[in-house]
Parts: sequence; C-alpha cells; structure tokens
Amino acid sequence: MTPEEEGPAPFIGRSIPRVEDDRLLRGQGRFIDDLQIEGMLEVAFLRSPVAHARIHEVDLTAAAGLPGVVAVYNAAALVGRVEPLLNSEELRIPEGIRSTIDPVVRIQPMPLLASGEVNYVGQAIAMVVAESRYLAEDALEVIDVRYDELPAVIDPEAALEEGSPRVLLEAEDNIGIHLEHGTGDVDQALRSAAVIVEDTFASQRYVPSPMECRGIVAHRDPFSGRLTVWSNTQTPHRVRGHIASCLGLPADDVHVVAVDVGGGFGQKGILVVEELLIPLVAQDLGRPVRWTEDRQENLTAGSHAREQIHHITAAADESGRLLAVRDRFVVNLGARNMVGLVVPYNSLCHLIGPYRVPNVQIEATGALTNTMFTSPYRGAGRPEATFAMERIMDRLAAKLEMEPAELRARNVVTPQEMPYQTGLLDRRGLTQQYDSGDYPEMLDRAVKMIDLPRVRTEQQKARVDGRYVGVGFAMYLEATALGPFEGAKVSVLPSGRIRIHTGAPSQGQGHRTTFVQIAADALGVEMGEIELVAGDTATIPFGVGTIASRALVTAENAIHQAAVLVRQRILDSAAELMEVDPADLEIADNQVVVKGSPGSAMSLAELMRAIPMTQGGSGRDGLSEVSYFQPPNYATSSGLHAVVVEVQPATGRVEILDYVVVHEAGRIVNPQIADAQIVGGTAQGIGGALLEHMQYDEAGQPVTSTFMDYRLPTVDTVPDIRLAEVVCPSPTNALGVKGLGEGGAVGPPAALANAVEDALSPFGVVIHSCPLTPDRLWALLRAGRATER
Amino acid sequence: MSEQIDITVTVNGEARSASVEARRTLADVLRDEFGLTGTHLGCEHGVCGACTVLVDGAPARSCLMLGVQADGADVTTVEGLATDHGMSTLQEAMWERHGFQCGFCTPGFLMQATALLQENPHPTEFEVREALSGNICRCTGYQSIVDGVLQAARSTTDHPQEADQVSASQVEL
Repeated sequence: MTPEEEGPAPFIGRSIPRVEDDRLLRGQGRFIDDLQIEGMLEVAFLRSPVAHARIHEVDLTAAAGLPGVVAVYNAAALVGRVEPLLNSEELRIPEGIRSTIDPVVRIQPMPLLASGEVNYVGQAIAMVVAESRYLAEDALEVIDVRYDELPAVIDPEAALEEGSPRVLLEAEDNIGIHLEHGTGDVDQALRSAAVIVEDTFASQRYVPSPMECRGIVAHRDPFSGRLTVWSNTQTPHRVRGHIASCLGLPADDVHVVAVDVGGGFGQKGILVVEELLIPLVAQDLGRPVRWTEDRQENLTAGSHAREQIHHITAAADESGRLLAVRDRFVVNLGARNMVGLVVPYNSLCHLIGPYRVPNVQIEATGALTNTMFTSPYRGAGRPEATFAMERIMDRLAAKLEMEPAELRARNVVTPQEMPYQTGLLDRRGLTQQYDSGDYPEMLDRAVKMIDLPRVRTEQQKARVDGRYVGVGFAMYLEATALGPFEGAKVSVLPSGRIRIHTGAPSQGQGHRTTFVQIAADALGVEMGEIELVAGDTATIPFGVGTIASRALVTAENAIHQAAVLVRQRILDSAAELMEVDPADLEIADNQVVVKGSPGSAMSLAELMRAIPMTQGGSGRDGLSEVSYFQPPNYATSSGLHAVVVEVQPATGRVEILDYVVVHEAGRIVNPQIADAQIVGGTAQGIGGALLEHMQYDEAGQPVTSTFMDYRLPTVDTVPDIRLAEVVCPSPTNALGVKGLGEGGAVGPPAALANAVEDALSPFGVVIHSCPLTPDRLWALLRAGRATER
Repeated sequence: MSEQIDITVTVNGEARSASVEARRTLADVLRDEFGLTGTHLGCEHGVCGACTVLVDGAPARSCLMLGVQADGADVTTVEGLATDHGMSTLQEAMWERHGFQCGFCTPGFLMQATALLQENPHPTEFEVREALSGNICRCTGYQSIVDGVLQAARSTTDHPQEADQVSASQVEL
C-alpha cells in the first residue's frame, strides 16, 4: 500500500453489513431461471436410465413432430461439429509433479451426447428444444432408444480387480489415475516404531446440492453476431474459453456473464456438457435458449463428490510422537476422469495436515465406475484425507491409552517451525510449505472451550447412568489461494464513482461487500462510491474464478494492487491540473483536496471531465487500471473442530451437545461474513457426517435421487456452533489474507466419528465411515455387543 | 398439450388473471405468467421449501400446487413483503443477522417465518426451529436464520405499530 496516511479507520476487519442483500430480500435477485428474453426456447435432456449399455437407434422422429418442438439432437447430429468435452485446465499436470512423481493420468473425454455406449445413469443421450420446458419434456417421452445392457461396476475397489467388467468398452482397464509420492523411509520407520495402527476409513459419495441447480442461457445477438451466455458458473472465463474452442469462435466473440448464483460449492466450478450444448443450439437456431437443470437431474447427473477408501497405517514411538504414515487410497472417479489429479492430489497433500511426520508414503488410485463422475466439492479431497488421518490418530491414541487432544499436541507443527516444509510436493509440483499458523494455540483454545477435563468427568458419571457421551477432535489444513492468477480492473467512472471488475463471481460469498472494502481502503473513498461487477468476461480480459478457497486472496490482492495504482493516478492527474505537488494532495469524501486547504477540492467527476482536455498530458485515461495477482505460494489456513455428543445405544441416535470450531485464516476482511462461511461449511460437513449419502444399487441405479432420500441437514440437524479465531497473517500477500471458504466442511465427519466412537467405546465400536445414521450405528452396536471386547 | 383454463388470483393484493394450462404449477404461473421470479424452485418435489408462498394466509409449496387450484385465492409472495415504507421487520432482521448468503432459499424462509410470526408473534427458539424445519438452506447452517426470526419477533414487541404495518396489509389469517 502507499504510505499510510491519517484518515478514517480502514474498512478491512469490520463487519460491514452486506451491500448485495437488498435485492435478494425483496425477491429481486436475477438468477439464471429468472432471465426472460423474448422468444426464448427451453431444453430438456433424455438421459440414460441404465448404468452401462450399448445404445442403438436414438430415434427422434416422433419427438420432432410434436407441437412446440423446434429442434431435436442426438449424437449423430453433432458428428463432425463438436469435440468431446475436456476440462483442460483441471487436467493439466504441473511439471514438477510430472517429472518427480510421473503419475498415470488417463483422460476419457466426455461426448456431449452419448454415442454407441452409455456409461452411467443420467448420461445425456438426446436433447429436445421446444417453446417451453413442459413441451420439451413431453417430447422426451416419445424418443425411442434401444439399450443392450452391459455389466456395470459400481464399487471402486471391485473395478480395480482383475477381470472386472470394463466401465468403458474401449478402455484397457478401469484405472484413471495412479500415483505414489512420499518422503523419508516409511519401511524403516515402521521397523523401529513402538506402536503401529492400521485401519480402513472411507468417505461416502456426496452430492454438493446447491439450492439452485445448474443452468445456462445462450443468445446470439443478431446485431453484433456475438454470442452472449448467462451462466451460474463459478468460472466464467473458463466457460468462455471452452465454448469458443468448442464452437470454433474467437474467444472475443463469446461473452459469458455470471448472474446471481444460488450456491456453487464446486459443482458449478467445472465445465459440463450442457454448457457447450446450449450455446451450440443458440448458434444453430438464432434464438435465445435456456436449460435449467431440475433437482433429479442434479442429484443423478450433476457431479458427485468425495467417495474415497483409505487404507492407512500410522506409527509412533512410545511417547506418541508420529514416526510414519502410510496411506493407500482409492478415489471413485465415476464414469470419466473429468478433473484429473485435482481431488486425489488435494487429498494427498492435505493428509498429514498439521502434524510433523518425517516419513510419509501415499499411493492414490482413481478408479472408473459406472456412476456419475465425481469432481471437487467444498473441501475437494481434504475432508476425505482428514477423515482417514484424524480417525487413525484416535485409533493411535486409544492404543497408547492417551488423551486424543494430548496426542495431537505432541505432534503439531509449532509456529516456531514456520514456514514449515513437509518434504512433499504441493499441487503446483513445488516444495510444499505452510506459510503461517499456530496449531498448538488452536488446540489449547478448543480444549478450554469445551472444557475437556469436565467433559471427561461427566462422561464417566454418565456411563454409570447408562448414558454414552463422547468427545472428538479433528484438525485440518486448507491450502488456499490457488493460482495461477486473478485479475481486477479498477476504474473511475465519468460520474466520479468507482467500478471494479474481476473474474471471480460470487455464489453467495458476499464479494460485493468484501471486495469493495479492500478497494475503499486502497483508494481512500467511501464504500458507497464503489461498485463491483464480477464474472463478466467482456469487462476484464482474463480470469479464473471462485473455486478452491481462492477468490478472496487472489481477487482482493488484484483489486488492492489496481486500486493503489488508480489512487496514485488520481493524485498525479489532479496535481497536474491543480498545479500542485501530488504529495500535497489527498482523497477525502470522493474529492481530491490540497491537504490543510479544504476549499481547494476537485471532485473525481470534475477530474474525469478534465482529462480529455488536459493539455500536455499523455492523453490516456489514467484513472483505470488492470492488475493481475499471482499468488507466490498457498496461504495455508487451518481449523480444529471439537465436538461433544451423546449417543443412544438403543436407537443409534446421535445428539450434538457442544460444537466448537477454532479457525485460523489470516487477516479477516469481514468477520461477520467470515464467520458465516465457517459456520455454513461446518453445517455442510455435519450433514455429511450424519445424513448425506448418495447411493447406487448393485445394478448402478441411483437410489437417492430426491431430497426425501438424499437427506440434507435441516435446522433440526445443525446445532449452534461456537467459534474462536486465531490470526496469523499470511506472508504470501500484501493484505495478509487467506481463504476460508472450504475449511468448515472439512472437519465434521472426522470430529463426529471420533466423538461417537469415544462415546461408544464401552461397546467396542469402531467407526470406519459416515454417515452416522441411527440404523448404521445400531448395526455397529449390535455387532459390537456380539463381539464384546 | 393440456387445455387452457382462465384463472384470477389476488397476488400481493392485486387481482391478476391468466389463461394457463391445467398442469402448470402455481410456482410456474407466478414466475412465468405474473413475472414474480422471487419465488424460487429448489427441488420441485416439495422438500426444500424454497418455493413457499402464502395461500390465503397459510404457507404452501407452490411447486406442489397447480396454478388452477389458486383460482380465487389470495397469494402473497416474497415481492409482497416490503411496502412503500420499506422492508418488513423480518427482512430487516434477516439482513442485520446475515440470515442468508446466496439468497436462493431466502424467499421460502421469509414466507414461512412471516406465517409463523403472524400466528405466533413471540415464538420461542424451539418454536422457530420447528416452524423452519421443512426449509433447506445450504449456505448458512441455519443459526443466523433463527437469530433473524427471533430478532424480528423482538422488534415486533418493541415496535408493535411497525409490525402491524408490515403484515396486516399483506396477510390475512
């Protein structure tokens, strides 16, 4: 920042009420399904009802003849026109990973409409374009497809066995990814270890389930000939690039606009076939076209997530000091490897988390199955890894007969060791280095907040009364600020107001408030004078988007950089006009004034009007700047969840008695918004720990395809969550900020499983997976009683 | 295609007429025929509550009701909560307590909570949670929504006039 000057308190760090809320509260939001364009057509998809089959004769004749049907498409209609879908950005293998680890990453492009073979229930086979969605769905009923069913494989470990049915007929096997990475010598460490524990811990399949399903509107403007696409994507510039290359258009002729978005959580952060097909139809027909996903489509044919199985071993000396961790895990990729290493590698590089582990060996395998493909969902591999690591830590504590919190205290990296290098490579293929954090302090706070000694005393007393109380901890790290860059354009408008453009749109995170707080501080103007336009590709040439807990760090630093430059330009231009030294000027109340001479003011609007007429100047508009921020390293946030539960052995019901989250995410821009992100993420994690489970039957039929079966947490599920904050500003950026969007969702499955297992320790129950539903716990209890330890 | 039926519905105090297919849901009629897109569709099978509106004063899932069934009814949507005097006490409280993030489920929560506060102006936290237990929010974790409704109830106690002004003009019970 420019040298600090005296002025009002900065906006950063204050709980400024959100400026975007008024419209949303009045029902005036503009979500994708709210857009109305004269003559707009609607699309419905015919999707595979079987998990694996050869398909023949997708006969569209009857459908094409129905009233209101404007066009029908099958794979044959696309031949020679469009390539299958590849998420090229996500499938890139960083050079350091390629040269050091040399992973197997097999790519299976996704045909936009299935041709010859379907590989999962929900795969798009045909598309109807009609005057209304009702009419389009009517036409789906009369499309004739013949399916010759093939064997399907659903279980990822079964898919890896020799002789397993192949998910894709043309593939040599069902392996999408394989890699091994580590540090030190695990075998030798295991030989010298006093204690070794090993077990299998699995994360179930989830659906991210934003309240708004996916959707897209495309329209070719008859005047300019350009294609405008409104999308509820998290990554508009990437969507622009994909549409342009798919349709053979210059990227400049595709204009993608992110509208109000009803939650994304990662599901709207990858490219999907529908996002290419709708623009194609709009180009073909010259009319505006919309596709709005319905909930059943979202649950079965919107991307799924998590589903990993970890076979993990931990070794320690007699004092509980970790010597080694070995983990062999399998990721269920679904029917295609759509996002490459993103999730498996994120699991890998977050596995050991806050702990000092000198010897690490990790093997990751991505298995193809005849299920919906999986992609990053809030946490993106971290919750799965944390579940394995934090469960094995509790198994280790049990074996050592040590308080789990104490075991953690003996193993966490200390602030004195920061920046800390793990010996592994990070996602970029560079040396993994934690930038800052205070894990011992977090642990200390959490133990005090739940009053661990009191909980232990009450646990003993409760058992006497036949009540089962338990406590669980889960610690995790969250490498945030994924690169490679984000950009911002900051401009003074003719009115004197300021407008910011960036490529990172909001799906509810409150960017119009937090991004503006940063700009207001850098410019020295009031927040009310600044507005944000995020995710409109026509207004800033390049962008990445709001994924991977990155937007706040990358976009806000870009905004900060651009705003600092604009501020200097304002002062320089005003100085020239006012014939004073720029150092004698300041910005106050949206005016440039000579310090100590309030009568000398020049408003920003006057300054703007004067620029085109400035004699002797460069003639350029100096009051607008584009700046790109490239994070030099990950800003590593951290969290610790501590939960106290009571479990009823008779019913298997879990009641949360206390839930504490201690988080560390650098300098906080807006505490109210940050806390809400943590709490909201934690609620999603609690949903996964207790309820959510996307299930298929053995034939590959999804059996949880409504919200009655795929159970999301409600107000009855989520307890009041108590928060505490530790602040360790990140040295990786000028603002000292870190991302925090995903962290809350990472801890709950591990913390709750640890607490439930602790509560049920008299029964010898070991928790290997979630959700901790009453029926699953009751079954474990019955098995536990049968084999009373 | 099914037959068109003429309906007249009082929406947010104003009589609106339309000719609609019998199969069209009330939600689609409100959104497409009357342009009231504040009512959002989250699941279209009656579980999430995002599409909740008040029909003759009682909360109803507009995705589970046909438009023709609303013929002659009095319907209040989220667009009807604010008046010329500004947003309702509940809307203000939801803003102050950061009772939503993406805002997609918010209209349903607002309508459900409006109905609760009509029937029970001073609910306990338990009663608020019970009333909202059929609405799903994926962003907030609910705490701030419950806080918002409780704050609105307290404000109603503090400023009875304001509360009357907000609700009586819109909702009959």
